[in-house]
Amino acid sequence: MNDFIQLIVSGTATGTIYALAGLGFTLLWQASGTINFAQGEFVMLPAFIMLFCMMAGAPLWLAFLLTCAFAMLVLGAGFKKVIVDPLIHHGVIPLVIATLGVAMVLKTVVRAGYSAEAQQFPSSFPAGQFSLAGITISYADVGTLILAAAIVIALQVFVTRTMTGRAMQAVAQNTDAARTLGIDAKRMVLYTFLINAILATVTALLITPTYLAKFDMGESIGLKAFFAAIIGGFNQTRGALLGGVLIGILENLVGFYWSPAYKEGVALMLFLVVILWRPEGLLGTAEERKV
Amino acid sequence: MSARRHLAGLAVVLAALVIVALFLKRSDVYLLTLWAVYLMATMGLNLTAGYAGQMSLGQAAFFGIGAYIAALLLKASWPFLAVLPVAAIVCFVVGIVVGFPALRVQHHYLAFATLGFNVLAYLAMRNEEAITGGTFGISGIPRPTLFGVDLGGHLAYWYWTLGSLVVLGGLLWWLLRSPWGRAFTALRDNPIRAESLGINITAYTLLAFAIGAACAGIAGVYYASLVEFIEPGPFHFSTSLMMLLAVIVGGSGRFYGPALGTAIVILLPEFLRGSSVPWLKFMQVWYLAFFGIAVIVLMIWLPGGLLSLRERLDRKGGPQ
Repeated sequence: MNDFIQLIVSGTATGTIYALAGLGFTLLWQASGTINFAQGEFVMLPAFIMLFCMMAGAPLWLAFLLTCAFAMLVLGAGFKKVIVDPLIHHGVIPLVIATLGVAMVLKTVVRAGYSAEAQQFPSSFPAGQFSLAGITISYADVGTLILAAAIVIALQVFVTRTMTGRAMQAVAQNTDAARTLGIDAKRMVLYTFLINAILATVTALLITPTYLAKFDMGESIGLKAFFAAIIGGFNQTRGALLGGVLIGILENLVGFYWSPAYKEGVALMLFLVVILWRPEGLLGTAEERKV
Repeated sequence: MSARRHLAGLAVVLAALVIVALFLKRSDVYLLTLWAVYLMATMGLNLTAGYAGQMSLGQAAFFGIGAYIAALLLKASWPFLAVLPVAAIVCFVVGIVVGFPALRVQHHYLAFATLGFNVLAYLAMRNEEAITGGTFGISGIPRPTLFGVDLGGHLAYWYWTLGSLVVLGGLLWWLLRSPWGRAFTALRDNPIRAESLGINITAYTLLAFAIGAACAGIAGVYYASLVEFIEPGPFHFSTSLMMLLAVIVGGSGRFYGPALGTAIVILLPEFLRGSSVPWLKFMQVWYLAFFGIAVIVLMIWLPGGLLSLRERLDRKGGPQ
């Protein structure tokens, strides 16, 4: 029983990290209709930029802040300007293919330009663990949970309570109507890309200590981000959180009770079951088709 | 292009492929055969991606399933021609099972479902050692002897693969010209209108996808027998990605698009690998970065792929 609870706690922590990446993915989709297949690489690149900053002598917090700035510039504004803006009117497939191209470029640049080996990455939280009612919990899990939950709540408050956040939602729901109401739609879309870049950097900060920094780490993270978003409900911000946590917990349980080899397949299975049973996702609302 | 000129052009290209092989090194004939094998899979993928307008990122999984079925059955002394339908049917059925939930909901979900499926299939190939031999793979896969002709030699196997490719291509051509195949194109160009004309979008897209999967299964059989040794590596999701890019780069929805795209995607890296020229050695490492950039540029300037270049140039100057 203790094993079971421990697996659930650490699975929830991992799941909230998937949720952060999935959240950014959902935001991009809502605001601009962009399906970003490079989302995993958007997590991988900041991990290496942080490593670079630390090799240059920066402490982790400074490395993180510098990387946030870099990510907002390159993976946020730059990605939007160079890839998304020219392609957005050609329909979904060319843009998706282009993001696959981006993923390839980022992976190759890191592998060929830096290293193909997995790199250690320092944890943001103290090592060690504590016992609570016979259950062993690591500080890293608790820290991850608190930080990820704080970010999700902050994002939710920003989107629902602030003027800018509501304007972003309005653009996501109906761009034309929002524009008629005097909302600067382009600026709002840019904000979503910037937020996605920050979310990806935070994901990198939290997941790399366990995953290790490797050029192909994004493949697995990206896949779970998509599935977390779809399982929870593509058009609901909090859906990604539920989806991510479900995947995190089930992966842990499957890995422990069945076979660690098939952990990676859990997200797919959950995805297939959920879309058969509730196509709009667990928390999603059915969408009208846009003609 | 008139049908007669089309056939004449095709005959010239095929004759060239037959004759050129006589003067090539053994390893180059092997590469040509590899191209033909991958082309069977990418032509099937073109059905899904090009004609039905859906992205599949799991073609390598079906390719792998075909290859493992071939490895196991050929080693159990099944005749080659009996293995082909088994691989095709298994892949077709698996394709339906994977594609149905995704396509029923949202057509873009097919990309995610197939990507996840490829990850799962790869894990199974690596971990189910009792069947697949795990990372050690399966070796000693025989090349076939058909109607008393031994196809073990590299030239013989090349001609056999080329002939099979032509037959498969002919079947797909016929399929696409049939009323049934024209419905594919209709639903890519305007799904809502196609639906209002009584075409069941989901059923057609699913069938296109499953037939594409069956083609990959057939390609897998030829692959296993060509390399005579298989392990999970070639069936990783990255191969699916390259197959999809081969279709897109060549020109998705164009019958000969995959032939060009596959030549670029499969043969170019092999050519770089074999080279000892210093700057080409540099390219071996950086190849994928340049290829990725090329794909992005292509999507921005020429989303129809390389074969749409002429139409693009014809249109130049006029309004787009």
